[in-house]
Amino acid sequence: MAWVFDNSIPIYLQLVERIKILIVSGALRPGEKIDSVRDLAQEAGVNPNTMQRALGELEREGLIYPVRTSGRFVTEDEEHLKALREEIATEKIDSLFESLLSLGYSRKEAIKEVIKRTQYYGEGE
Amino acid sequence: MKFINVTKSYGAKPALKGINLTVESGKIIGLLGPNGSGKTTMLKLANGLLNPSSGEVLIEGQMPGIASKSIVSYLPEKTYLNDWMRVGEVLDFFCDFYPDFSPEKSKEMLKSLGIEQTDKLKTMSKGTKEKLQLILVMSRKARLYLLDEPIGGVDPAARDYILNTIISNYNEDGTVIISTHLIQDVERIFDDVVFLSNGEIIICDSVDSVREKHNKSVDELFREVFKC
Repeated sequence: MAWVFDNSIPIYLQLVERIKILIVSGALRPGEKIDSVRDLAQEAGVNPNTMQRALGELEREGLIYPVRTSGRFVTEDEEHLKALREEIATEKIDSLFESLLSLGYSRKEAIKEVIKRTQYYGEGE
Repeated sequence: MKFINVTKSYGAKPALKGINLTVESGKIIGLLGPNGSGKTTMLKLANGLLNPSSGEVLIEGQMPGIASKSIVSYLPEKTYLNDWMRVGEVLDFFCDFYPDFSPEKSKEMLKSLGIEQTDKLKTMSKGTKEKLQLILVMSRKARLYLLDEPIGGVDPAARDYILNTIISNYNEDGTVIISTHLIQDVERIFDDVVFLSNGEIIICDSVDSVREKHNKSVDELFREVFKC
């Protein structure tokens, strides 16, 4: 069904963010062909021109590239993908911190809370 | 579609006051405004059901008439189908009338929405009749679709289906103009929105530009602009 959108942000930017996450997470693999504008627009439930604009933006950022007559593909530049994934992770951590501070924690306390919680997730494999 | 300084009065009562609007092909436009702001009047003018009191309406450079009707698919706000007909008969009727009507397409949509060809219009609910009428209108391969309140009486699940139909029907030559009050449901499929207030255009902008400028959805902006 249609994707869910935030009301106050331009739709094309939300499409860009959403597709970026599909790419950096590997749901769309490097070198994979992505669906046509029409199919993607239908899946997201948005105007095809808006989807076109979003894909244009992703092209400009080098995350996808067009191949004449055969469509658009996910970049194979793994370094770029890695850097982008870190960038998005940093953004998420920043917003986590912001919301902890808005609860009235000091920075130190907030860090302590996060560390306490990391035990729940274990130390990794 | 082009409106050049169009005014329309019903007797002494002005409905549209100097409308200038150019709609490029390949766009989906939302025509929004409170009750009585002139939305239906604009659609009727574009379809040639009304004539402007002054100014000019042009469809592909021509005044609305027989030629334009063959490329314009219009969904009026009221149903005009005969109650005694069955769905299959209505399809035949449309086939006879419009060379660009695709019975295959309409049958597919009827099936998706659970409407049988043997169903009688007389026994249909209001919402089902609305669905049928929209299916008929969208099954034409027109250049300009004028949809007056297309989803008002339709349930949310069918609404999603219909919006998807409009998106998938989209082509670069086709233009869709939708008047609606259900902005929140529909704004994600619009390119541009036109706000009408008392017969005048007060905003004409793209959905994303509205969101960028106001940090609000079109729906929220509408509620703010037309706060009672």
